[in-house]
Amino acid sequence: MQPKLLAMAALLFALSGSTLAEVPPDYLRSLQAAARGADPAFGAFSASRGQGWFNARHGTDWSCATCHTENPLAAGRHATTGRPIAPLAPAANPARLTDVDRIEKWFKRNCNDVIGRACTPTEKGDVLAYLTSLKR
Amino acid sequence: MLDERKRKAFDAIVWTSSLLFAAVLPLAASADSQRYTNENPSYRAECGSCHVAYPPALLGADAWRTIMNGLDRHFGTDASIGDARRAGLTAYLVASAGTRKGSDAPRITEARWFRKEHGEIAAATWHSRAVKSAANCEACHSQAAAGDFSERSVRVPLEAAR
Repeated sequence: MQPKLLAMAALLFALSGSTLAEVPPDYLRSLQAAARGADPAFGAFSASRGQGWFNARHGTDWSCATCHTENPLAAGRHATTGRPIAPLAPAANPARLTDVDRIEKWFKRNCNDVIGRACTPTEKGDVLAYLTSLKR
Repeated sequence: MLDERKRKAFDAIVWTSSLLFAAVLPLAASADSQRYTNENPSYRAECGSCHVAYPPALLGADAWRTIMNGLDRHFGTDASIGDARRAGLTAYLVASAGTRKGSDAPRITEARWFRKEHGEIAAATWHSRAVKSAANCEACHSQAAAGDFSERSVRVPLEAAR
């Protein structure tokens, strides 16, 4: 009886993991198509490329990590106003990266602030791959 | 005759005290007016994610219009939002705007009342790590997010006070 219960608990745990909110797949596919359109040699989004890009500065005073910290599982703080920012990684904050309008709104604003232009589909996809790869 | 004098003295006391009371009342009312309500969830969500959702009454209607027309360059950051949402929020802010004199500049910290109220705060406090910016009401106004800016809830952080 005991091993059976354990197995059920393990199954429930696995199921709850698989039902975690995710980046809307249609949005990821459209980013992928756009990335391929811009560069036919494009392979796949890369979490490690996304991490490097997240922590790097791109010609302004700020990087993504300036407000979100180098650990997106932790809370951040707005560089100007000091307002707390909830964690960016879905593993720490399941509401994140689930709504395309919100994702796009923040990419528009923050890419302008951090790199002075809109982000490319590859840059967006890499950062999303990085953020969703993080585990608690 | 004596009674007449007594009555006059009594009248004088009643009049003086009611005048004094009338003079004190507005003070009590102004303390209460430092509490605001922000009932608009869209305003709290959109504007309150980067800074405390400033009470709309702290700026005049024209100042809000100017701010909402320049969200892509909003105090050094891009704070743009979709047109429909922007129109809705502008209408809310204009309808809830304040009417205080000297609130015309599209920046709360430039208003005459703001400078007067914060005159005793040292420059070092404003620039301390705990405060960072005058935009950070919550650094000292512990209940700012709930719209309470009363003196009672002010806590200047120790680090900043030093």
